[in-house]
Amino acid sequence: MTIVEIGLPRRLIEFTVDGETVRVPEGSTILDACTAAGKNIPTLCYGDTLEPANACRVCMVEVEGTRTLVPSCSRKAEPGMVVRTETDRTRLSRKVVLELLGSATDLSTTPDVAGWMTECDAEPGRFGPPAAPSSDRDERRPGEHEIPDGMTAATVRQPVKVDNELYVRDYGKCIQCYKCVDACGEQWQNTFAITMAGRGFDARISTEFANPLPDSACVYCGNCVEVCPTGALSFKREHDKREDGTWDESRQTATTTVCTFCGVGCNLTLHVQDNEIVKVTSPHESSVTHGNLCIKGRFGWQHVQNR
Amino acid sequence: MKRKNTEPYVRLTQPLVRDSGVLRPATWEEALERAAAGFRRTLETKGPEAFGMFSCARATNEMNYVAQKFTRAVIGTNNVDSCNRTCHAPSVAGLARVFDSGGGTSSYQEIEDADVIVVWGGNPREAHPIFFQHVLKAIHRGAKLFVIDPRRTSTASWAHRQLQLHVGTDIPLAHAIAREIIHSGLANTAFIERATEGLAEFAASVEPWTLEVAEETTGVPAELIKELAHTYARADRGQLSWTLGITEHHNGTDNVLSLINLALLAGHVGRYGAGLNPLRGQNNVQGGGDMGAIPDRMPGFQNILDTGVRAKFDAAWGSAIPPHKGLNLTQMLDAMERGELTCVYIIGENPVQSEADCEHTIKRLSNVDHLVVQDIFLTKTAQLADVVLPASAAWCESDGTFTNSERRVQRVRKALEPPEGARDDIQLLCELARRLGHDWHYEGGEDVWDELRTLSPMHAGMSYARLEELGGIQWPCYREDELEPTFLHGRLWEEDPAKRGRPAPFTVIVHSPPVDLLTEDFPIRLTTGRRLDSYNTGVQSGGFPSPLRRGETLDLCLADAVKLGVTEDEVVRISSRRGEIEAPVRIDEGLRPGLAFMTFHFPDEIDVNVITIEATCPVAGTAEYKAAAIRVEKLPATV
Ligand code: SF4
Ligand code: SF4
Ligand code: FES
Repeated sequence: MTIVEIGLPRRLIEFTVDGETVRVPEGSTILDACTAAGKNIPTLCYGDTLEPANACRVCMVEVEGTRTLVPSCSRKAEPGMVVRTETDRTRLSRKVVLELLGSATDLSTTPDVAGWMTECDAEPGRFGPPAAPSSDRDERRPGEHEIPDGMTAATVRQPVKVDNELYVRDYGKCIQCYKCVDACGEQWQNTFAITMAGRGFDARISTEFANPLPDSACVYCGNCVEVCPTGALSFKREHDKREDGTWDESRQTATTTVCTFCGVGCNLTLHVQDNEIVKVTSPHESSVTHGNLCIKGRFGWQHVQNR
Repeated sequence: MKRKNTEPYVRLTQPLVRDSGVLRPATWEEALERAAAGFRRTLETKGPEAFGMFSCARATNEMNYVAQKFTRAVIGTNNVDSCNRTCHAPSVAGLARVFDSGGGTSSYQEIEDADVIVVWGGNPREAHPIFFQHVLKAIHRGAKLFVIDPRRTSTASWAHRQLQLHVGTDIPLAHAIAREIIHSGLANTAFIERATEGLAEFAASVEPWTLEVAEETTGVPAELIKELAHTYARADRGQLSWTLGITEHHNGTDNVLSLINLALLAGHVGRYGAGLNPLRGQNNVQGGGDMGAIPDRMPGFQNILDTGVRAKFDAAWGSAIPPHKGLNLTQMLDAMERGELTCVYIIGENPVQSEADCEHTIKRLSNVDHLVVQDIFLTKTAQLADVVLPASAAWCESDGTFTNSERRVQRVRKALEPPEGARDDIQLLCELARRLGHDWHYEGGEDVWDELRTLSPMHAGMSYARLEELGGIQWPCYREDELEPTFLHGRLWEEDPAKRGRPAPFTVIVHSPPVDLLTEDFPIRLTTGRRLDSYNTGVQSGGFPSPLRRGETLDLCLADAVKLGVTEDEVVRISSRRGEIEAPVRIDEGLRPGLAFMTFHFPDEIDVNVITIEATCPVAGTAEYKAAAIRVEKLPATV
């Protein structure tokens, strides 16, 4: 029987970021190193508990000696590398990526994006006003995409899907970062209820045959909601509260405790507004959960507030 | 068929007391005095042994510590136990007998790093989903998973091999695996010679269990038994994990011991990545026991029969702990029936719905003179009480710690204010202690914990600050500046016999089939378990609208349904030697002919425990929930 690898202790390597020398364990990404050095590199598709999806391209940095910009979230740091995070090229790249995203997607609930837009003077509007949402997006077959009219910017907007009491999908906000697919798939949950459907501009996250969640393989662990960077996936309670204007993060506390439903001992972070649990997340650095939960931990809290 | 959600339980916010047979609202003062007066009366008229405490495996370690201290120091009895009796008491009994410690031996990280994982009598994909993520990580790295279960569960669908044995034939299967390991020369002789004793007798006892005999008895093909034996024994890091499919039998402790025998044979214990792991069903069963909320152990799993141990606690508490084991939950129920246990204090447990043969439990609880129930809901158990005390929800309305299945003590923090009218468990216990003449005050969870740390060496190094900093610590942790390895019993591998300590004994086990015999009248074997979205008696999990919830069903395979002439969703009558219930049929192709499946999640609608059998394990007191004999009948057509 061959033994399964458990990995050796890692050596430190040294390289330069914006003129500073940094030392990181071998195998770290440029992003890890930059974060450790206190730099703030924008990321969207990067997930701290997931393999890099490498899809959004807002995290690009310049590496001396490489022709193209490189994605810092997935490129491993190498000894002697010279990395620059804030240059004309990186700023221009970020500006265009954000403009393209912003013209096609509703980024209103994506944290930090507005600030980054301002920083790099992004103007998503220069591609024309966003086109109307399409209700047939989920039925489109590959190749059916209409040619844009040139007057408006094509968008991924579609009606919000509210088909169960636990979480809501608003794919007009989806940037197709693949994090939910990875969390639902092989990397964590291994349920494979959601994946990418369609091609090109018609690519979208969907269930098998675009079925509503209750008719899909979904087991409501909410791990997709946990990793979604845009708010395209959100808890029903949060969604409802945003709708009726009572969602207020400034009034919320986040307290980490332990799940009450089995002996695994998952860590839960209870987000509480006005003495009411409004959502449950899990600390990503927990060695028990790595940020994941099951349906009971994620949604099984209602009983304490049935008063 | 989707289940309509029934009315969820509503939080208790006002104390209740029973007057002329009826529970009526009362003030806190009145309720507490009534509770205390009943305890006093019992002590004066019947003495301390007439008192029993059902502590709560859902509550914090701190609450459990105070509850057992209340039982021992205030009342003066060791009659304290919790629902571990209905689930993993056999695991604790078995592990403690062999290794002197009842905890699972590995960490979750070690599961990820194992080569072979055997899941025996468990369905973690549904009942312990996040544990199963660690297993899946291992599978994706190349580890092999063997699943042993009568049902083809969602866990089994990830297995390299599944061994679908007949219910209650775990011992023959384990014996055949052991025999095969021995005969193939795969036993880890270096480990066995150094760290175990009793191999010869054990080897002789499994001799009759050839692969062929085992195939005949268990229904598992000989080839599969052989493959499991060889793969497990040859693995560098083998993990063996089980849940209630092993423990909830009339011989649960024997089942556990027969699995431990396998780990000893292969040397899969006491090393990184190799281990024996019962998966705990409730958030703090491990901790409740560790805190001494069991009749035979003091906090820190210290032996109550040890004079030195008792003296230490007596000195700290000013108590006189009785020098004998108390009654476990099962024995307490028996003592109620005999009229010897007349005063019961139940915190957060719902035995009326969780005990096998529940009609019997109701009779027994109705038999006591003074029943105090402290809970967050008016459960079916609380409805029988003389005094009901509204409590707070431990996991989100109090500060403290829980201990999980990998022995990790983790901080529980208060995130919500309890509803007005509800009070903290520990404060309630202290208040009652004061009324019985013991001046108890704890500022909060940390106060209790620090007291425990001075008395329990295995918790000594775990200050709240350190638990916070390290994201929890696995016991044992003896010192504040050190951490022990993540696995237990490394001592068994020591060169030096003095460090190695007591050898781990092989146990000779005799197979005995389920008590409830299959006959022509009761031809179908009913086994029980959990579903993903629900939990135990459903009191808590019934409170959220789950899109997965179907309600209780009688699961049968298609062949059986056809034979009985029933179709999916059709309501049928299910009878056992104890009683009968009605439930709709659901077809589950994971079952085989002659095997039916139900859960305990919806007792308010369909009370499965009316038909389960109370045959209990003589060592651990756990009932044979997993093996009832039933008859299924079509109902006459109503016009
Ligand atoms: S739904 Fe969220 S997580 Fe999934 S691809 Fe879209 S943005 Fe990413
Ligand atoms: S989240 Fe699920 S797996 Fe984790 S402790 Fe809770 S019930 Fe168990
Ligand atoms: S964050 Fe690096 S490509 Fe998206």
